[in-house]
This record gives sequence, C-alpha cells and structure tokens, in this order.
Amino acid sequence: MNRSHRVKVATVAALAATAMVVAACGSSGSSSKSSALTASAPGITAKQILIGSHQPLTGIAAPGYDEIAPASNAYFQYVNAHGGIYGRKIVYKYLNDQYNPSITTTVVHQLVLQDNVYAIFNGLGTPTHLAVAPFLNSEKVPDVFVASGCECWNATSSLPWTTGWQLDYIREGKLLGHYIEQHFKTDKIAFFAQDDEFGGDGVKGLEDEIPARQIVAKETYDPSNVKIAPQVAALKASGAQVVVSFSVPAFTALLKLNMVGLKYNPQLVVSDVGSDPITLAGLLASFAKSKVAGFGNSLTQGIITDGYLPSLGDTSNSWIKLLNKIHSQYDAKTPLDGNVAYGIAVAFTFVQAMFKAGRNPTRQDLLNAINAGLPQGFSVAPYAYSASNHNGITGAFMAKIENGALSPIGPVLVTDDTPTGGFSTAPAQPAAPASGIPSP
Amino acid sequence: MTLVKHVGAALAVALILVVLSYTLGQYRQYQMAEVAAWVIAVAGLTILVGLSGQLSVGNGAFMAVGAFSTALLLIHVGWPIELIFVASVVITAVAGAIFGVAAARLRGPYLAGATLMLAVAVPFVAVAWPGVFGGDQGLDVLVAVPGFLGPLFPLTRWLAWLTCAFALVVLVLLANLAHSKVGRSWRALRDDDVAASLAGLNVARLRVLAFVVSSACAGLGGALLATWAASANPDDFSLTLSIGLLTAAVLGGLGSLPGAIWGSLVLVLVPSYLTNLGASHGLSSGASASVPIAVYGVVLILVMLLFPTGIQGGIRRFLGLAAPAAASPFSALRRQEPPSKRHQEKGMT
Repeated sequence: MNRSHRVKVATVAALAATAMVVAACGSSGSSSKSSALTASAPGITAKQILIGSHQPLTGIAAPGYDEIAPASNAYFQYVNAHGGIYGRKIVYKYLNDQYNPSITTTVVHQLVLQDNVYAIFNGLGTPTHLAVAPFLNSEKVPDVFVASGCECWNATSSLPWTTGWQLDYIREGKLLGHYIEQHFKTDKIAFFAQDDEFGGDGVKGLEDEIPARQIVAKETYDPSNVKIAPQVAALKASGAQVVVSFSVPAFTALLKLNMVGLKYNPQLVVSDVGSDPITLAGLLASFAKSKVAGFGNSLTQGIITDGYLPSLGDTSNSWIKLLNKIHSQYDAKTPLDGNVAYGIAVAFTFVQAMFKAGRNPTRQDLLNAINAGLPQGFSVAPYAYSASNHNGITGAFMAKIENGALSPIGPVLVTDDTPTGGFSTAPAQPAAPASGIPSP
Repeated sequence: MTLVKHVGAALAVALILVVLSYTLGQYRQYQMAEVAAWVIAVAGLTILVGLSGQLSVGNGAFMAVGAFSTALLLIHVGWPIELIFVASVVITAVAGAIFGVAAARLRGPYLAGATLMLAVAVPFVAVAWPGVFGGDQGLDVLVAVPGFLGPLFPLTRWLAWLTCAFALVVLVLLANLAHSKVGRSWRALRDDDVAASLAGLNVARLRVLAFVVSSACAGLGGALLATWAASANPDDFSLTLSIGLLTAAVLGGLGSLPGAIWGSLVLVLVPSYLTNLGASHGLSSGASASVPIAVYGVVLILVMLLFPTGIQGGIRRFLGLAAPAAASPFSALRRQEPPSKRHQEKGMT
C-alpha cells in the first residue's frame, strides 16, 4: 500500500466518522443526546424499561409456544449486555395465562395496574388477547406486536393502541391460494380449518385466489376436540387432490395421521402457524407412539407451506447467523426451531420501535414510532405499519418441507389484505446489522 | 332481630370496603371486584349443596347464562347497568327453575352427572351460534363510571363498589333465607328427605327452590364477572370454573356464608400471589408457572385434612364456638341408593 493511498483511507475514515457523529446527533434530536434519562412514562425509569406479556407456559397451547417468550427474553438480554436502549435495560415480565381468556384478563390487569408495565408486548393468542385489547386501549397502554395473525389487530379506529406483527392470516391465505392457483390449476382443492378467526381469515384469503369451481370440500375442527376422523373421511370422500390446512401444529399432525390411517395421500398445504417441521415431527412421533428414528420427518416430507422469516437451514444468511449467535449465548437449552426464531425476531422489532421512540419516550411516542413505519428486520418482507394500518409483515416465500427442514421454492411475494390486491416480488432483504442491534 | 343483625354487619363491612377501595392500589381494587363476584356465585352454591344437600358441578353454566344475558341486553337494549343485572338474575333464575324441575328427580351422583352435562354443554351454545353469542371471541361487556362520580374516578374502584354492594345485598338475603323456615326445611331434607317428607315438607318444591336461588346467585355472579372482565367469553365459563366454585364452597366450609367469602378469597388471591412468588425467587418461567398449580393442590389437601368442615369450621373451632351445622363435603353424595318408588311419589305430592 503506497503513502497516498494511506492518506486517502485516513481521509475517508475521518469523513465517515464525522458523518456518523452528525447522523447520530441528527437522529436523536437537537437536545436529547445529552439530556438525562428520566422516568418518562409508566414502567420507564432511568435504568430500565419494564414490559409485560401473557403467554401459554402450561396447558394445551404450551408445547412449542412456551419457547417464544424465553427466546424474546434472550434477545433482550443480548441487547442489555450491549448497551441496552439508550442505556436502559429491558425487563420482560411474562405471565402464564394457560391460553385461558379469563386468566389473561387477570394477569394483564396485574401487569398494567400493579406492575405498571410500559407496554404489553407480543401477547399470545387470538381469543386470549381479544379479552384484553379493549382494556389496554381504554388505559392507553401500547399493545404491540400481538402474537396472532388475526386481522382484528388492524383496527386503528377501535383499537388504536394495538398492532399486529406476524403475517396476517388473510394475506397468508392469499399467498397460499395464489401458489395453488398457479401450480394445481386442474386439481380439486379442499380446506381444513380451525373454526375461529384464524381458520376463518385464512379461508377468506384462500377463496380470494382459488376459483370456487375447484373447491370441493370445506371442513373445520374445534381445537378442544381431537377426534377429527369424520372431517378427514369427508375430505377423502370429496376426492380432493390438494388439502389446505389452517391448523395449529397438533392438528396438522392429527390430520396427517388420520390421512395415513385412511390411505389418503393428497398434497398437503399448511399455514406457517402449523407447519414448523421440528415441532411437527416431534408431535407426529409422540401421537403415533413411534420410536423409529426419522418417523416424524418421513411424514412431513413434501408438505408445502410458507415462511416469513428466513429459512433456518440457510446458514449463510446474516439473520440466521445472528439467530444462532443469540440462541447459543442466551437460550441454548431450547432447540433452535421456528418458535425460537419467532421470539427473537419479534423482540428485534420491539427494540427497533423503542430506539425510534426516542431517549425519553412516553407511551404515545412508541405508538407514533410504529405509526411512522418501521424498517424491515428479521422478516423477509416489509411491514405494513402506518397511522392507518396496524398489520405487520406483508409477505412470505413458498417452501416445501424436505428432510425435516424448510426449503424455499419461490421468491418472496408481497400482497395486501383486500380481495383484489395483487402480488409483487419483495425487495431483497437488507442484511442484519453487524452488532445484532438495530441502529437508532 | 336476625335481619337487623345481618344488615348491621353488612353496613359495617361496607364501610370497611369503602375505606379499602381508597387505600388499596388499582389492581387490588380490581381483585376486590373479582372476589366479590365469586362470593356471590359461591354463596349461592354453598346454599344449594350445604343446605339443601344437592350437589351441583354445573353452576358455571348458570354464570354463563347471566354473563351472556348481560352482554346481550347491554348491546341490544341499552338499559342502565343495574337494571340489566336484575334482568339477568331473573333470566338465570328461570333457567335454574327449568333445570331444577328436572333435577329434583335426581339424587347424589346422578344429579352431579346432570349438572356436569350442563357445565360442559352450555359454553358450546355460544360457540355454535357465533352470530348471536360471538363464538370463541365472545361479546364485549363495556361499562363506564357514572358521570356523578367525576371524570377522574377510576373504573376499578367503581367495579369494586358495584360488585361488593351486590355481594353484601346477596349475603344479607341469603343469611336471612338460611335462618328462615325455608332454610330449616332445606336442612331437614338434606339430613333425611324421607323424614322431611313425612313431616309434611314438600321436598320437590324445596329442591327446585334451592336450585332457583342458587342459579340466580350464579347468574348475578356471572353478570358481574363479565362486567369485571369486560367480556362474556365461553372459555371463561368452562367446567374448570364450575369445579372452582365447588372447591371454594368446600374449602370455605359447605353451607356457611362466611365460608363462601374465605373460599373465594383463597381461589382468587392465592394463584396470583404464588405466581409472583415463583417469579421473584428466580425460578424459570416454566417452573414458576407450575408452582401455583402445585401449591393449590397442596392447600386443598391441607385444608381438608386439618379443617374437615372448611376454613370457617376451623375458625369456629379455634374460637371455641360450637361446630356449625354445616354439611360435611360428602353429605350430598352420601345417599347413593335411589329412594323407593313410594318415597318418590310422596316427595312429589
């Protein structure tokens, strides 16, 4: 390296450093850079930010979903160990609601009225969270990134303080339907859906894309009744060559086992909610009481699904590298599966929003930050957030389960939640920040 | 004289509750409302099981009837909330009367089985007609603080006042009923329905009456609980709730109204206290989530071992008072053999 080159490098470095300082000042406001950290809102002190959540840590919904909050907490630990949010540490208090709405009501009141949390983050479940969303909105508590794809969280007039996060079920139904419509043009299609908003929104999206003449059967199940043999027999009788399932993991596994029992082998297309290969393989083996190695994976082989977070098998992806790093440092006891990825990814979004809310944020500041839109994080598609839209992730890629892992089979497509809205290819996902922490 | 004593005690308690509603934090006020709603439902059940000797594991279903009546009236009719509560009580009482007429023919475990069916089936009605009852999602029950209390009066305190006031009224009414001729007749048929019927009591009518009183209380409890939770949701009124009510009644002391208060306090406060205890002692989330369930079981076993007549029975023994004339937890199950045809005919006259 010659001398002039070295000077050039030094100049560029100096310029870059100056630019960073200027940018840092600009982004944090004129006076706030030096201002002291204050107790700017309930749950916020000079030292910490207390947030709360309701999660199913025991009960029917616990298997798999009980990994989400500890994974989010692992990311918060990581952020806390690397300077926190403007120096404050995040304290995440998540209480067990057993997926029972009346317990959800109790624990959320405790978090808001007694523990004075700043916000409720990633409360899990549609029926459970619906029980508390009106209360949180009447108390003007930020109710951010609900762990459910119900379209109900996108209600900026009736629930202005509530925001979704994951791909909503209408968009997901449309994306799956779009793929089916392109690749199974002449086949008979049947639906198998949970009999609530989850299944209902999903079917709504599917019907937007799949012509009615192709749909030969629509079966639903009640998540409290595991005897689904009649529905599966009806699916078989319909002669459907493709069965689309909006089901939670346990019922995806039951559907597959009942199909095997009836020697019925259509192409299965499953919502992201019920298709995590690792969770599914475990459930299949345990339901069938099989100890044969690879039994679960042999049954999930070939299932078509979608993904809105980068595929876990894509180890060269910067986001998956970050995921592995956080998981191995702070959450190593749990196997790295889709639930852990979900928990870390949604925590990343919260940290993005908190940085954007400013040094001494009020509760309104967090909401304003989200309403102004958030930059894309872990998700493969951008967020929909605006003052009039509280949906989160807007797109996904199609994937096939092969040997117990998701392998993408198409580009990331983005759509909206209207019946006529079209599809477009998402811009390439920006790389993960090297520090693993979103920039303010 | 009894009435004066009961009203006096209720007024004294009311005064304490008002003071508490100002000194306690918002979350405690909110818990006061929850406990009070439970007390109403448990008091109704303890009268049914402890006094009239009929075992019901289905009172959660009547709470659901009360809750959904309130929600539907609030949405479609828009009466003042107090009037809606009264209407919900009437609706639930009618439902209880209809079921009671059928149930009066059943004894012991057969009656328990029928009420169990009720507890399992009723929440599904809401799921089966989502257009009317809102399906899994349920219906909103949103009330506001009345204007005369001013704009800064917290909703939690208003809910605490509302539910505690209703609870005290119900307790006074039930206490008087238990001390009246009806109460004595119930005890008579609980202890020996053949003897009661030979003594000229109308056993069937008394049984139905007990069901009506108990379901009316459950209906009011459910209506208030829905108001407290701001929604009527089928999942809130599951079999677990019905069994919880019975647990509270037995834990407090079957047939005892103060026992209904102790039982409700234990069932509402212990789980929330234990969750915090587990979390604050640095247990992992999974372990601290399991602590309340485990300790709850231990508490049940201990109370039943140490105080077979419930907490109230234990308190009376501790104070050296005479044992209350409460039923043992299993008296409702004791008479397992179906009575002979002759007795049944006599009972129905």
